[in-house]
Amino acid sequence: MADAEDQVIVGLEVHCQLDTKSKLFCGCSTDYRSDGPNTHVCPICLGLPGAMPSLNKRAIEYAMKVAKALNCEVLNESEFSRKNYFYPDLDKAYQITQYDKPLAEGGYLEIESDEGGERKIRLTRIHVEEDPGRLVHMGNVERGKYSLVDYNRAGIPLIEIVSEPDMRSPREARKFLNKLRATLEYLSVFDSEKEGSLRVDANISIKGHERVEVKNITSYKGVEKALLFEVTRQKNLIRRGQRIERETRHYLEARGVTQSARSKEQEHDYRYFPEPDLRPLRVRSWLDGIVLPELPDARRERFMAEYGCSLNHARTLTGELKLANFFEKVVASDKPGLSPLASTWIADTLIGELNYRDMSLDNVDPAAITGLVLLLKAGTITDKSGVEVLRVILDQLLKGEMAETPDAIVKRLNLAKTAGDTGAITAAIEEAINENPKALEDYRAGKGGALNFLVGQVMKKTRGKADPAELNRMLAEALKKRGA
Amino acid sequence: MVTEKDVQHIAGLADVGIDDKELGTFTHQFNAILEYFDILDRVEGNGQATRDLYNILREDEIEPSLPQEDVLRNAPAQEDGFIKAPRVM
Amino acid sequence: MADEISFSPDDKYNAFLATCKRAPHGNGKLAGVAVAVKDNITTKGIETTCASKILKGYVPPYDAHVIGLLKAEGAAVVGKTNMDEFGMGTTTENSAFGPTLNPCDTRRVPGGSSGGSAAAVAAGMVRMALGSDTGGSIRCPASFCGIVGLKPSYGRVSRYGLIAYSNSLEQIGPLGKTVTDVSALMGVIAGHDRHDSTSLDKPYNHTPNADIKGLKIGIPQEYFGKGVDPNVADVVKKGIGRLEELGATTVPCSIPSMEYALAAYYVTCTCEASSNLARFDGVRYGPAPDTKKSWHDAYQEVRSAAFGTEVRRRIMLGTFALSSGYYGKYYAKAQVARENIKADFNRIFADVDVIAGPTMPTIAFRLKEKSDPLSMYLADILTVPANLAGIPAISVPCGKSEGMPVGLQIMGRMFEDERVVDVAYAYEQAVN
Ligand SMILES: [Zn+2]
Repeated sequence: MADAEDQVIVGLEVHCQLDTKSKLFCGCSTDYRSDGPNTHVCPICLGLPGAMPSLNKRAIEYAMKVAKALNCEVLNESEFSRKNYFYPDLDKAYQITQYDKPLAEGGYLEIESDEGGERKIRLTRIHVEEDPGRLVHMGNVERGKYSLVDYNRAGIPLIEIVSEPDMRSPREARKFLNKLRATLEYLSVFDSEKEGSLRVDANISIKGHERVEVKNITSYKGVEKALLFEVTRQKNLIRRGQRIERETRHYLEARGVTQSARSKEQEHDYRYFPEPDLRPLRVRSWLDGIVLPELPDARRERFMAEYGCSLNHARTLTGELKLANFFEKVVASDKPGLSPLASTWIADTLIGELNYRDMSLDNVDPAAITGLVLLLKAGTITDKSGVEVLRVILDQLLKGEMAETPDAIVKRLNLAKTAGDTGAITAAIEEAINENPKALEDYRAGKGGALNFLVGQVMKKTRGKADPAELNRMLAEALKKRGA
Repeated sequence: MVTEKDVQHIAGLADVGIDDKELGTFTHQFNAILEYFDILDRVEGNGQATRDLYNILREDEIEPSLPQEDVLRNAPAQEDGFIKAPRVM
Repeated sequence: MADEISFSPDDKYNAFLATCKRAPHGNGKLAGVAVAVKDNITTKGIETTCASKILKGYVPPYDAHVIGLLKAEGAAVVGKTNMDEFGMGTTTENSAFGPTLNPCDTRRVPGGSSGGSAAAVAAGMVRMALGSDTGGSIRCPASFCGIVGLKPSYGRVSRYGLIAYSNSLEQIGPLGKTVTDVSALMGVIAGHDRHDSTSLDKPYNHTPNADIKGLKIGIPQEYFGKGVDPNVADVVKKGIGRLEELGATTVPCSIPSMEYALAAYYVTCTCEASSNLARFDGVRYGPAPDTKKSWHDAYQEVRSAAFGTEVRRRIMLGTFALSSGYYGKYYAKAQVARENIKADFNRIFADVDVIAGPTMPTIAFRLKEKSDPLSMYLADILTVPANLAGIPAISVPCGKSEGMPVGLQIMGRMFEDERVVDVAYAYEQAVN
């Protein structure tokens, strides 16, 4: 399909922290988030004079895993270089990164395109580099007073994954990012829940116009927002006949806007040269020894084949490692029996209820969902009661309480369907008909609304416990008896 | 030939500062030195550095970090465990 | 068992930047030996400045690998020695804390950049000292002060804790009055260090051996040609004559790539230095930047005030050589030149065991004699080839010219540090 005149073109540079134990070039622990500033630093990651880097093997292994999973070509020889620039968060005034000899080149990631179906987003390269420290800006946004630096983050291993400009909308960019995150999590090399573990720079242009680099996007949702802002901004400029400047812009997350970087930041002359304190890598042969786990696409196919999930449910369930694992735990005891209900209840209901409460799946015990699904499957409770049970569980967890079991909740709230207890339903039906002679008349006259009205009345009397199908059948019978 | 403007640009890139008094001298010296460096234009060869060492790696093991007071001791200005630095905004 | 030696020398040559009045020491091969350490080698708890105002007051929280080795063998680190700021110089006049004087003639420089270490040894204040050699910085002051200095093969001594000037060229090495002392100190500091990824597992366990019968010595014509003081050349030729008397034979040879060695050297070291010295911005250590200013302005203020002129000159040269569009012309070309120089040495070493010539083209300069940077750079022409190729080289005193010491330089095959030590030892034993 040929691109339209105002086609949006997006390429991403994604920086992900690799989940190693120690930093990229020193033995400092990477587990710094709950500790005070400058407590996870040593002469190497503080850039003290005389200190030298020692490369973490696991970081390279992790990056190789990613390269293999993303179908990249690992170069025969790769090398670290220095990227020289001054900034207070950069302890050595250069970043050790990879420049003309990255670890891997090429590769692709498949995403669901806006038109539906899968589309390959080509990758340019993957390289390994060190994270700088973290700056806290004192003063206000317009005019800083000074900066405070915490070097705990300095030296955390990153991989930078650079895509070709193959995405055609902000939405596709978000999908790319989600798919990438899922893949990295499946590989157990990345923890997306750690704050700041992923950062994105995006290149975005409208076909035929200059491109703009948007830096500093630090959240998954931020990518789509920042790019939507840019699309509107750029299209407006074009509509007014103005030129789009080739420039770097910063994304201001809090305000949801992008802002032009100052001219000094635009001039880059990083003076790259090979890092003389490290030796080159020749690790291509390691690829043979890397056994990849099942990746999101394969798992999605399996969920459809093995559990009969719909494409959409399978996509949702496998889109996050934790969710996929959760689903499989829920249905483990009876795959064919539980899967159809469980996939709907997890992919649709549970996710929705969690999002509504801003809760993480971590809190939820898969056994509780299994219990819930079993109750639904046995017809013990109605769908409506099922939602109520789920809400009770989540609300209890949210309050930090031990959640009751679904069985206990059903019992305590007396939510069990009155199915089987036909006496109670029959009584309620008789009552409802007797109390509403007008409805009986209407029904006799063939007015369809009358039946629904009566169903509602019976439901009210049975407090929702009656199974709707069963109720319909019994009501029709009772009406028939009365000659209707 | 480098000009005074070039030298000023380089001083800016290197953040070493330069004042007008020095500019002429530095420019003059740079031209003499760079002219001497031009002899490298005559060098022939394939350009690949030969390395005897590859894959020098360490295991992913945690080693102790410095005590925070040692980190901060040499920093001229600090605040609440952070190191104070010039503003960037 | 910890002990102490007291150390309060009369430092009339300004050899030391810091001394330890009471220096602890333990047991081992160097038990109780006073060792002076060049001030670009990091010492835990002892101010380490690289003779620069930008590190004034900086007290490292860690020891360089070699310092740990010294302490483990019982040596007493008695002080930090003066040097050209960050190693950038050939005279030790580029120190922010005043020049070191040559103990042989106080009107002259001791050479550099390890001038403080050489002067401390020459004046008898310490028996041995550590220096570092990026382009001759151990051998030059050894030659000018009349002592022995060894630049080890690249990778034999850990650079961890050596404040980098030019990583791909430099090595820490020993200075001493005798080859035996230099060899003993080398034995302590050599060996693999996992904190230096360029370090090799090539320990040095050697006792000097004066038997050089049958040794083949290459005499490169470039070491006796233009720019070399004829008197110095004569002294060195006589010295080589002594080696022949001891049973060695000499073979004339040529190092054609010498023609661009100095340019390759200065391009490499200034490029690497421009990056290495970028971290000195006053934030983590050093003089406080004005944090109310924007970072570039604040850094420029600190760096223009606290770096000396030669340091700023080299930083700018390197910044220029690495800047957009010039990498291929300068740094990349310099690395090709290095390969050619290595190839030249390999070719020569296929026929000879060592190469001999003068260490320096002249005797020690008078203070302030060299004011033009390029003419100063030219003085390194005979020492830089060993750094570019990574090979070991030693300077041993071989007589005098105009009453000042002259150094004989012996260069060897990669990792044959033991052999250059033996040749220097044979010479030393023969003349003493
Ligand atoms: Zn560290």
